[in-house]
Amino acid sequence: MSDSVALKSAPAAASKAEPWGAKPRRALSGRNIMLYGTLIVAALYYLLPLYVMIVTSLKGMPEIRLGNIFSPPLEITFEPWAKAWASACTGLNCDGLSRGFWNSVRITVPSTLISILVASVNGYALANWKFRGADIFFTILIVGAFIPYQVMIYPIVIVLREMGIYGTLTGLVIVHTIFGMPILTLLFRNYFSALPEELFKAARIDGAGFWQIYLRIMLPMSLPIFVVAMILQITGIWNDFLFGVVFTRPEVYPMTVQLNNIVNSVQGVKEYNVNMAATLLTGAVPLIVYFVSGRLFVRGIAAGAVKG
Amino acid sequence: MQKSVSIKDLSLSFGAVNVLENLNLDIGDGEFLVLLGSSGCGKSTLLNCIAGLLEPTGGQIFIKNKNVTWEEPKDRGIGMVFQSYALYPQMTVEKNLSFGLQVAKMPRPEIDKRIARAAEILQIGPLLKRKPSELSGGQRQRVAIGRALVRDVDVFLFDEPLSNLDAKLRSELRVEIKRLHQSLRNTMIYVTHDQIEALTLADRIAIMKSGVIQQLADPNTIYNAPRNMFVAGFIGSPSMNFLRGEIAGRDGHPVFVTNGVEFALDGYGASEALQPGRKVVLGVRPEHVAVNAEGAETHQATVDIEEPMGADNLLWLKHAGHTLSVRVGGARRFAPGTAVKLSFDMGLASLFDAGTEERI
Amino acid sequence: MTGQAHTGRPRRLLRNLSSKIASIPMMLTAVVIFLGGTTWTVVYSFTNSKLLPRANFVGLDQYERLWDAPRWIVSIQNLAIYGALTLVFSLVMGFVLAALMDQKIRFENTFRTIFLYPFALSFIVTGLVWQWILNPEFGVQSVVRALGWTSFTFDPLYNADIVIYGVLIAGLWQGTGLVMCLLLAGLRGIDEDIWKAARVDGIPMWKTYLFIIIPMMRPVFITTLVIIASGIVKVYDLVVAQTSGGPGIASEVPAKYVYDYMFQAQNLGQGFAASTMMLVTVAIIIVPWAYLEFGGRKRV
Repeated sequence: MSDSVALKSAPAAASKAEPWGAKPRRALSGRNIMLYGTLIVAALYYLLPLYVMIVTSLKGMPEIRLGNIFSPPLEITFEPWAKAWASACTGLNCDGLSRGFWNSVRITVPSTLISILVASVNGYALANWKFRGADIFFTILIVGAFIPYQVMIYPIVIVLREMGIYGTLTGLVIVHTIFGMPILTLLFRNYFSALPEELFKAARIDGAGFWQIYLRIMLPMSLPIFVVAMILQITGIWNDFLFGVVFTRPEVYPMTVQLNNIVNSVQGVKEYNVNMAATLLTGAVPLIVYFVSGRLFVRGIAAGAVKG
Repeated sequence: MQKSVSIKDLSLSFGAVNVLENLNLDIGDGEFLVLLGSSGCGKSTLLNCIAGLLEPTGGQIFIKNKNVTWEEPKDRGIGMVFQSYALYPQMTVEKNLSFGLQVAKMPRPEIDKRIARAAEILQIGPLLKRKPSELSGGQRQRVAIGRALVRDVDVFLFDEPLSNLDAKLRSELRVEIKRLHQSLRNTMIYVTHDQIEALTLADRIAIMKSGVIQQLADPNTIYNAPRNMFVAGFIGSPSMNFLRGEIAGRDGHPVFVTNGVEFALDGYGASEALQPGRKVVLGVRPEHVAVNAEGAETHQATVDIEEPMGADNLLWLKHAGHTLSVRVGGARRFAPGTAVKLSFDMGLASLFDAGTEERI
Repeated sequence: MTGQAHTGRPRRLLRNLSSKIASIPMMLTAVVIFLGGTTWTVVYSFTNSKLLPRANFVGLDQYERLWDAPRWIVSIQNLAIYGALTLVFSLVMGFVLAALMDQKIRFENTFRTIFLYPFALSFIVTGLVWQWILNPEFGVQSVVRALGWTSFTFDPLYNADIVIYGVLIAGLWQGTGLVMCLLLAGLRGIDEDIWKAARVDGIPMWKTYLFIIIPMMRPVFITTLVIIASGIVKVYDLVVAQTSGGPGIASEVPAKYVYDYMFQAQNLGQGFAASTMMLVTVAIIIVPWAYLEFGGRKRV
């Protein structure tokens, strides 16, 4: 028995006449230098803008005018952050990004909750209670996900105007619910379809109906997919620009729109440090979601990538 | 016999595919009926129709003389046990058992009483507070049976309940299901692809193929007098030997001729006259072939392969251009190449028409 | 038995009623918004609507005007350049990164987190950061000049000829992480035994990738391609934030053309015609893919 083991591990080490020697470890082989070298260079390219944003936002304007954008701040100041948050000007008013931040919160929270609620019930109906014709609607929904938003924007403006909610937060929440529906419905339908069908059958034999099965059987089993959907929606809705600018009025503009107005406003002297602080503030929410959620985010974008 | 479940002209099609076609089946009160067939034969579909989980395209289903074709599953007086157990993963065993009763708004004392009874019958009392993930496969399936039991129903439906278990547990639970049936005397309809389960459990077996019941009979009849070649080939392991040939007359007696070799058909009880020249297939089970028997009509054969299986010894014999499987006692050993004499027990053989494949 | 009261087949409409009620939002969205809205826009692209939509049909007038407009032509050219280069670079970079990540490396999670974080950021944030980095006065150009190479010129955002490449750099930074993730998932889906067989046969690694792995990943590549492509057509916020379409009209894109004509220039007809052209572009990408992906399967 031991002979055969020796034979198996021998060839690599045999030339050294050391049959039981460990496999040589070469941490710095040429292959590894290439491999990690490339990865580190790539990582630097991806990290550079984040670094530039941070250092710029911590410098004073005089230092920016003198130094280069990559050098760390000689003197750290948080003034740009304070200004970006509370007193930067958009051309309309000068109360900073805080207004946009709270608008975005008031848009993102209800949009995320309502879109997930609607889509999860839709997906559940499609997976477990399919009725005649359901697939036709679902196909239209999925194909619709590929239609450029620009094609559907104006009819929605008309519908919302007729309903008297054009320009309001309610209208924007409805728009986010509509455009979140294809990907979320697909996500939930696939998830519920992958649950064992026999569970659903057992619950029906037990006499549970549509809503009872949804609330008492399906929901408790689907927490991960709800988290994935939340990550997808929070980042997607927070980052939205087009719907914000089309469907809201200046006083309820979301943060992204306000940020763009602050940075690209043509009046006054450009304050790059304030701009970068404002940019970081706007990116902070999705970045925090991203860093906290880790692997679930990857799952979410793999599923949500169709959204494009 | 009082009918418990009665199926009339049941049809079901998915699009252009007919899964069930005008199927009729009456199941007696307290009967254990097994639906047996390979996957895709429609046996599970039929069970799901009885349960109300699938809508038939045509026909009716009666349970206890009540037309339940369009009733909800919960109103049919059935309980069902699934292959994957289908226990609600987030609920304890007790919750799993009580869920359906709570949905039906049954008073708590009655629920507790029923759970206690089921726990006693199935010996799952110590497991009541556990989650399904903390149970072994066998325990899970007991709980799943318990869920049907607490509903206190007339008809139990089993959808391949043992297929997910390993061989040893499967045979243990098989015995328990049989014991359960003997003590409860409920009607049980049991779907399986496993012929051992079918033969051991069933009062009657319905063998299905392509949505049609091929034969409905007690296990003994199914085994010894299969109605057609499909049933004959499906039941039994290894499969029945089929020899193609034709009927000839010899001194006024019919004989079976294959590849120039003759077998007398004296012991065979044919249901119709055996006309000479008719193309037929002779089916003989491996255990109905005798090797080196005294005094019988014998034929020369050679041992090709020997497969010792402990209690039995399986021989593959070369004979007149055929390969025959033969079961002999485990103590009788034959080296490959040995010449042997073989003879058929015609009283237990089957003869089929070569064209229709029906039993003669 | 037959004397029992027959419970007949219930009314079609009432069966599964809860499910139908629950699906009303989906049905409304699909039919009214997606189908209805798209049809409406296409129909009104044949009218001369200005400030308000009016059903005054003028045939292909709007389309003739559209294709005569220099701004639209520039938009289409930009989209073509940006699209083609994005496809090539993000697939190549994404695949190289994915292949490197698949070498059982250490700190895989750290690298993935770094490559993917830009995808969590909005196009507005992306555009503004790169606007700052590419700023000729303070950004890359001035840093290189400060190092002594005083004639170095790299000011894509102020040079009409290369501005679209400036947008491309930002777009690639934001999107390649996603491509890497999708392709890495594809690589991980390949049977380990394939690699073992190739190693036993002595096939060099690059050949294994080129002739065995990549062909096996065809479906993943096609899906990724469709995802990138449908994102390209929608590109809007990035340009708005980074260049506002400038200098002049040098970095205009179709989506911005649509928005500007619908909501700023009060020329709805042009906006509808331009958005219909976007729809046609997407259809050209999606229809062959959908046919390959779903049409082919039905034939089997």
